[in-house]
Amino acid sequence: MKFDTPATENPIDRMTVVGKPIERIDGQMKTTGRAKYAYEWHDDAMPYAYGYPLGAAIAKGRIRAMDVSAAAQAPGVITIVTSDSMPDLKKAKRNTAKLFGGKDIHHYHQAVAVVVAETFEQARAAAHLIKVDYEEGKGAFDLEASMESARKPEDGEPDSAAGDFASAFDAATVQFDQTYTTPDQSHAMMEPHASIAAWDGDALTVWTSSQMIDWWRSDLATALDMDKEKIHIMSPFIGGGFGAKLFLRSDAVLAALAARAARRPVKVALPRPFLMNNTTHRPATIQRIRIGAGQDGKITAIAHESWSGDLEGGGPETAVQQTRLLYAGANRMTATRLAVLDLPEGNAMRAPGEAPGLMALEVAMDEMAEKLGQDPVAFRILNDTQVDPEKPEKAFSHRDLVGCMKLGAERFGWDKRSTRPGSVRDGDWLVGMGVAAAFRNNMVMASGARIKLDREGILTVETDMTDIGTGSYTIIAQTAAEMLGLPLDRVAVNLGDSRFPVSSGSGGQWGGNSATAGVYAACVKMREAIAQSLGFNAESIDFADGMVISGDRRVPLADAVREAPLIVEDTIEYGDISEEQQQSTFGAHFVEVGVDIATGEVRIRRMLAVCAAGRILNPMTARSQVIGAMTMGVGGALSEELAVDKKRGFFVNHDLAGYEVPVHADIPHQEVIFMDETDPMSSPMKAKGVGELGLCGVAAAINNAVYNATGIRVRNYPVTLDKLIGALPQIS
Amino acid sequence: MASAATVAASGVASKARAQQAEVPAGAKIGIPAGETSSVSFKVNGQDQTLSVDNRTTLLDALREHLHLTGTKKGCDHGQCGACTVMVDGRRINSCLSLAIMHEGDEVVTIEGLGEPGKLHPMQAAFVKHDGYQCGYCTPGQICSSVAVLEEIKAGMPSHVTGDLTAKVAFSLEEIRERMSGNLCRCGAYSNIVDAIADVAGRPA
Repeated sequence: MKFDTPATENPIDRMTVVGKPIERIDGQMKTTGRAKYAYEWHDDAMPYAYGYPLGAAIAKGRIRAMDVSAAAQAPGVITIVTSDSMPDLKKAKRNTAKLFGGKDIHHYHQAVAVVVAETFEQARAAAHLIKVDYEEGKGAFDLEASMESARKPEDGEPDSAAGDFASAFDAATVQFDQTYTTPDQSHAMMEPHASIAAWDGDALTVWTSSQMIDWWRSDLATALDMDKEKIHIMSPFIGGGFGAKLFLRSDAVLAALAARAARRPVKVALPRPFLMNNTTHRPATIQRIRIGAGQDGKITAIAHESWSGDLEGGGPETAVQQTRLLYAGANRMTATRLAVLDLPEGNAMRAPGEAPGLMALEVAMDEMAEKLGQDPVAFRILNDTQVDPEKPEKAFSHRDLVGCMKLGAERFGWDKRSTRPGSVRDGDWLVGMGVAAAFRNNMVMASGARIKLDREGILTVETDMTDIGTGSYTIIAQTAAEMLGLPLDRVAVNLGDSRFPVSSGSGGQWGGNSATAGVYAACVKMREAIAQSLGFNAESIDFADGMVISGDRRVPLADAVREAPLIVEDTIEYGDISEEQQQSTFGAHFVEVGVDIATGEVRIRRMLAVCAAGRILNPMTARSQVIGAMTMGVGGALSEELAVDKKRGFFVNHDLAGYEVPVHADIPHQEVIFMDETDPMSSPMKAKGVGELGLCGVAAAINNAVYNATGIRVRNYPVTLDKLIGALPQIS
Repeated sequence: MASAATVAASGVASKARAQQAEVPAGAKIGIPAGETSSVSFKVNGQDQTLSVDNRTTLLDALREHLHLTGTKKGCDHGQCGACTVMVDGRRINSCLSLAIMHEGDEVVTIEGLGEPGKLHPMQAAFVKHDGYQCGYCTPGQICSSVAVLEEIKAGMPSHVTGDLTAKVAFSLEEIRERMSGNLCRCGAYSNIVDAIADVAGRPA
């Protein structure tokens, strides 16, 4: 199905199943421990061996020699695959860092060997017996020191401009110019990357943990120099990803190479301390923001520049993206610069670009509002725009930032916020409130599905779509149930298997809308197939309560199935419609914090998110996406920072004790409100994404609340107490 | 402290029937000889006798030997809580405990609490309140939740308990403190606390 005109009324609009807060259909599997994740596949007929990886102990240089003699003799060892024994594996375009092969070391903990043994303990012990002689090279590990050498990236749209920023800024009555930094961050999902690989002749089966089945399949084929069609990938349950599992990673490559060498199935999980340096991370940024406005508070000039680093051939953190679209202002510019750093690969982590971009922009907006003597909510509303401010001829398909701000302010009690920082006390706590806008673009991706109706009237949906905790299983079942008028318990959903039609996969908050739109397209075909089978006119039939209804005739759905099940397949594809208007999602985050008057410890007291993101397909799972993102935002604001060893070139705190993600005690009850809206430009589902929107702006709202509580402005994330304690108000 | 450690160590030694395996080639160059031991314990009410490498954690014994993969490996370092199980009624991080330390113990895992169609009340509450997303930390969160309510009932104080001489009272603050060893990167905390409060019969 080609989606090239705005959606009109369709069966989804009935909202009898879609739009309801339905419990996850995979909930019982997950809560009883029966859901099988990648490393957990077991079959007595498939006796696997264990692979354990070894990572490079230097950040840059070359392997001079590897001595595996002790490891090879260790108990239980079957084989050892070393990087220096083979050329660099061919690298797919989606990867920046090489995954395995060759003598060159490009980053710390680059995989250099995998030891295969009968047991996990044997493989682990033997891996540490490998002696690697390195020739260490010089690398660049300090973003600030590399700013001078940063270049304009060749790909994408690194810079943009409209009007004449320089003149308008010079002429502005009120000027603001500040620089902010955000640190390197880690996805730190709970399930480490893991794969089981099994060869059958030249065919390869891999159980893995992947957000994007077809990307992994293609890129693994490239790495192994084999036919993609010979690879079967399965990833039905994924223990979190947040972008870390978008692109093929070393666990799958090591498992495949090890299984080939060992001549039996091998399973490999990346040990937790491996994750931060072997895989990808959200790159640190340095961001300069300038805003010029008249005394009336209207922005006349706005500029956002960002610097980040990555390995040679990598890409920038696109932290200026939202500034092109979020606020009005006739004169504007953005610029993106990229330095070459020899740290591990920087790449997408939940809301890449906007998450760190808004950490800076939304603090700048708070600072500017104060400079203008305006309320931060009112200042944002005043500078709303209904068109792309760089391309005023392009309207937003639907934009309700103002509605989110107004409703949020009312529900949160924003009018009780003191405009004088450091003036509200509650016992030992200084109390403050903060606000920030949330913004994230809505991307759409082609997505396919196959649907089968059997004689028992069970509808089975098959797509290679993944459920990374987002609720894909459930919203896909809801979509199919709505389209065919079936109760949910008559719908089965099978995901994450490369034998199924290629879907949008999960990333960039495109999965929910795109994958259900693909199922919608297949369901439309199924409705036609059923009508044809029953001899009904497809134009005038209805599907409800498990029945096909045409005039006075009511026939059970299963009657449409003769001998063989009815099987249809379709893919939703998007025409230019997704480019005609600007599709984005909007929100407002409100936060109240307490800051300990003596220690500077920050505690979150209240959080509210208001989201305008099209039709909400399941308010329960969508709310979970948003509270989860808000929680990640708390980490981004207050604790998360990969500490860079600028001499040796690696992330030092590479485990869950050193890299501090929020825990239960950090998070209060969270409130989420969804605006009641649809966006017919996005897809037949009229839905958009929320999973990343929920993160965008959270850290800035917290930071702004800390300022309101203490009068201390922290421009270098995270807002840790060492940055507060020296400047806390005198205790009276 | 030293004597306590000694008692603990000898306790382990006496429980585990260490068996010297054939000395492998690797032993010549000073690497650990792959000793295995036999250990017997109950898992979810069933007697189990395993021959395991002495280095095998309780977590890996459950996952790799018994194929009870509901107990998750998130960090293998005692930092995330995904491997939480109950041993003799108390919750532990099974990754920080060797299998051979559990001779005669009774282990309960997520699989032992309930099954699809026959959920434990805490499992049902997690489903009802959407107290999970990816599901990987979930078995650990649920085992911890069940144990936390027992700990409060038994009067065990926590870091946030105000009066150590009074009976410990259920509060959301107590729940959040006691659950803080179980990380959830999807960030389902707000819903998990609602689920636990529901089972405890208290308002969230």
